[in-house]
Order: sequence, then structure tokens, then C-alpha cells
Amino acid sequence: MAIEHGLIAIPPTSSDDALVSHLVRPPRKRGAAVLSVFLENKLALAGFVVLVLIIGFCFLGPVFYHTNQVTSNLSVSNQAPGGSYPLGTDNVGYNELGRLMAGGQSSIEIGFAAAALAGVFGVLWGAVSGYFGGLVDSFMMRIVDALLAIPVLFVLLLMAAIIKVNALNLTLVVAFFAWLVPARLIRGETLTLRTREYIQAVKGMGGGASRSIFLHVVPNAIGTIIVNITFQVADAILVLAALGYLGFGIPPPAANWGAMLSQGVSYIYAGEWWLIYPVGGLIILTVMALNLIGDALRDAFDVRLQRR
Amino acid sequence: MIGYLLRRTGQAILVIVLVSIITFLLLHLLPGGAARAELGERASPSAIRSFNAANGYDRSLPIQYWDYLDRLFHGNLGFSYKTNESVSTLLSQDLPKSAYLSGLALFFTVLIAVPLGIYQAVRRNKPDDYVLTSASFVGYSMPTFWLALLLIAVFSVYFKLLPPSAPQSATVGGSITDPKGMVLPVLTLTIVGVASFSRYMRSAAIEALTQDYIRTARAKGATKWGVLFRHMLRNAILPIVTLLGLSVPALVSGNLITESVFNYPGIGLLFWNSAQTRDYPTLLALTLVVAVLTVVGNLVADVAYGIVDRRVRYV
Repeated sequence: MAIEHGLIAIPPTSSDDALVSHLVRPPRKRGAAVLSVFLENKLALAGFVVLVLIIGFCFLGPVFYHTNQVTSNLSVSNQAPGGSYPLGTDNVGYNELGRLMAGGQSSIEIGFAAAALAGVFGVLWGAVSGYFGGLVDSFMMRIVDALLAIPVLFVLLLMAAIIKVNALNLTLVVAFFAWLVPARLIRGETLTLRTREYIQAVKGMGGGASRSIFLHVVPNAIGTIIVNITFQVADAILVLAALGYLGFGIPPPAANWGAMLSQGVSYIYAGEWWLIYPVGGLIILTVMALNLIGDALRDAFDVRLQRR
Repeated sequence: MIGYLLRRTGQAILVIVLVSIITFLLLHLLPGGAARAELGERASPSAIRSFNAANGYDRSLPIQYWDYLDRLFHGNLGFSYKTNESVSTLLSQDLPKSAYLSGLALFFTVLIAVPLGIYQAVRRNKPDDYVLTSASFVGYSMPTFWLALLLIAVFSVYFKLLPPSAPQSATVGGSITDPKGMVLPVLTLTIVGVASFSRYMRSAAIEALTQDYIRTARAKGATKWGVLFRHMLRNAILPIVTLLGLSVPALVSGNLITESVFNYPGIGLLFWNSAQTRDYPTLLALTLVVAVLTVVGNLVADVAYGIVDRRVRYV
């Protein structure tokens, strides 16, 4: 898919002259080139707008729309949408619209934090492994293989059963199993990068491993890193929702989208649609927006490589 | 080939040993150790001492690990104090049911995803391809439990066609004799599988269609279907072989959610219930078993790839 998009994204040329001028034009700044390709992708732009709207809804919404998300109020439980409850109330009387915002905050915060943490650690692990190669590389990669062999959800449930679940612990646990894929990808990139002349030159001038890794390997692999972190955020949000759904999220009164869904399901036969569809829709929209952005970023960085 | 096979198997064994170390260490990470986990927060120090002595937890870690391995090799996966049964018994009850569910789902996934991917590749960048690509994108972004709930809402609550829960029988035979109850769980896993498999199949087919041998086949006058099935399919199907091996962990995780939504008594539901009752021996043993299955799945996929694709050279 990436390749076709890349071909479409190259500006159409009317004549050979234009093609040549396109080729000999001095290279634009890398960031600008990536941004321009990204902006050409309408779907990704839509994804970006949706993501900004969702983040605004979750973080700015509560500023304008105050709701009590701490104490329950059973006298107004299971109210249908209308009046002072635009999206009704749940089984313990929380305002569902306000609850969506609160639940979104924790999903988005933990998702981004875990992905960022996993990204940094995974990049370091992969870069060190790929840079040194040999036995170090084999050993470090077997550890990654071993952790990858255990399905994520199993480990997360296991960890959630062992530790006390709170925002920090959940971030660490999700991050602990999200760094594996970035580590593998960066290791692959590093294996090719370390044979390049500029890294050989650093070595020849007596530069150490950390200089090569931080000044040369990481900046050159930045495309892969950013794209992968975007997908990691989407995955983390999905995994958090699954954990919440299975009853291993942060316990109430903290809200999370997965737990809201699993509570709403009990009322599916009572026709209380407002407890399921809004929150389900929000999860899908968030994940889809992130995936669209990730796809477009991958194409954008691919095109940069083609134009080089 | 033999050398590669040996090295690849060696790697797999090393990975399995590492996994066993991880699960072993997790048991010792438990707050207060295994004794507190089994005997409870208020266990007296003397009770904990005698529990540790009885189970060998008072010896040094390397010796305990050696004992752990020794037990594993004798097929002893541990004992579940919560259900008062050995983990092997629980596994032998539930694993066949999970395998039945996954097997059915995988069968339908491949049956649908392969022709779908080829169709999309032939019709690439036309409106119907865009619709199908978008649909698979939505399916790909959808949490498994949400999909399962939608299916229940549509088929059980609204149309009242199918039961919202899976067969509750204790044996796999009971699941087979209740095909109606299996429809929604299998459908859930199949939709998730088709969404990701058809993406790979589409790009593999597109790549195969640009190869020289396709042009040659067309030039010599092969029919459209002959080209597609005799020349393209055989080459485009290769990535699916790898994908099948790699999909073991995803399939098992998807199973965990699907089984808990539909209350299907397989290893996913067993794991979920064990997590809720903090049944650590079962949790750790299942983690190990699932990890070993994954490693073996990957190994088999790698080897199978070499058998179906003669161009792959083992060095």
C-alpha cells in the first residue's frame, strides 16, 4: 500500500523539463518535504482533524461542561438522553457525556505516555543491538523474541493481577510490552546504517558508540521511529480498552472507555444504546485516526527516501 | 537446509528457555512470594515457612529454577489451588475447545481473505477496491470486543437469530454438536482475521502481478484465470504462510477476548477467570504454554516457507 501511495504522491509533471527541474531542484528541508506529502493525503488530514477534535473534547470539554465524575448518584441512574443529560446516565448515575470525556483523558494520556516511553526504550535497545552486532545483538534480540512470543493480553492480565493498577503502573506495564516492535525495526535500520560512510568516518575519527547512535543512527531512523510510535499509540489505546473491558483497568471512580463498554453491555437487552454506541464509536474513531496518520506518515517518509 | 534447520531450532529453544525464565521470575515477583499468593494476606509466618519448605521455595533461585524445569519436563505444569485441579487437567479440557474455535476461524479467514485480496489486486485503485480497503481498515481499527458486541446487538438482540453465548459444553464434542452457538464467536474472529489478512494478500498479489513471469504467461496466451491461478496465486500465497505462523499470538489474544465476551470455555476464558481469582500457577503455566505454541508456530512457518518457496536459500 505504501508504495502505491508514494507513486501517487509524487507531483504530476507536464513535460520532461518540469521533471528535470523537479529533480535538480535543491532538496527542501526534510521536515517540509514530509509535511507537504502528508498534507496531500486527504484521509490523513481528516484523521488528524478527528484526533484533534477528540483530544479537545476530552481535555477542554470538562472545562466548559462540568459534571460530577467522582460520586455516584443512584437516584438518576439509567436515565435516557435528554434534559440535563445529553447522553443519559449510566447504572450508577454518572453523566455519560462527562464520563466519555473523563474516560478519554485517561486512555489518551496513558496511550501517548506508554508509546513515548516504549519508543525511547525500544530505539535505544534496537540501536545498541544493531550497532554492536555479533553476540551482543543475538542475545539482545533473543530477549525481544522471548517477550514477543507471549501474547500481549496474557502478560498484561497477568501483570494486572500481580500489581496494584493505577495510571503510572498501567503506563509502565503497557510500555513494557510495546517497546519490542520498535526495537526490532530500529535494529534493522541500524544494521544498514552502521555500514554507511559517515558512521565509518565517526569511528575512524575516534568517535564513540553513543556519538554515532545519538547523532547519526537515531536522526536517520527518525521516520521509522515516528511512524511506529503513532501505531504504538493506537495499539496502546486498543489494549487499554481491552483491559478495561476485561475488568483490569483503573478501578472506579476513575473512568475508562473499556470499562464503560463492559458496564453498558449489561443493559444491551434493555435497549440502552447510549451506554454502548457513543463510547464504542469514540474508541474506533481514535484508533482509526491514529492509524490513518501513521499510514500517511509512513508514505511521507517513504517518498522522502525515494526523492533522495 | 539441515544446518539452517538446526540453527533455527536452536534459536527457538533458546527463546523458550528465556520465556521459562521470565515466567519463573514472575512467580517470584508476586507480592510476598508464592506463599502469600496461595495462603492469603493474613497467613502466619510459620504457615508461610512450612509452605515454602514443602514446595521448595526456601532454596536458592537457581536450584528452584532447575526443579521448575524438571517438573515441566515431566509434564507437571503446576497445581491450581483455586480450582483444586492440576493445570494439565484444566489444559486438556480447554485447549481442544480453543483449538476448535481458532481452527474454524482461521479456515474461514483464509477461505475469504485470499480471494478477496486477489480480487482487490486485480481491481486495484477502482471504486470497489477503495470500498473494500476502507472496510478492512475499519475492521483493523476495531477492538475485538466491540465487534463481538455489535454482532450480538445485531444478531441476538435485534434479529433474535443466534444465541449471544457460545456452547457451554465441557467437551469439544459438545461444541461441535451446537453449530448455532459457534457462529458469532467464529464470525468475530474471522472478521478480525480477514481485515488484516486481506491487506497482506492484496499487496502480495499486486507485487506478484508486476513480475516478468506474469507478462510472459500473458504473452504466450494463457487465459486470465490461468494466469491468476496457475502463475500468480502460487507466488502471492507465500506471505500468507508466514502470516499464519505469525498470527498465532494475535489469534490467541483475540481468542481471550472473544471467549470472554461469548463465555466460551476455552483457554482464553480459563486465563481470564484465573486472572480474576489470582490463580497464579494457572496463569503462569498458561502463559508458558501459549508462548511455546507461538515459538513453534513461527518455527513451522519459517520451515514451511522454505518448502513451498524453492527460491529461499538457507545460509
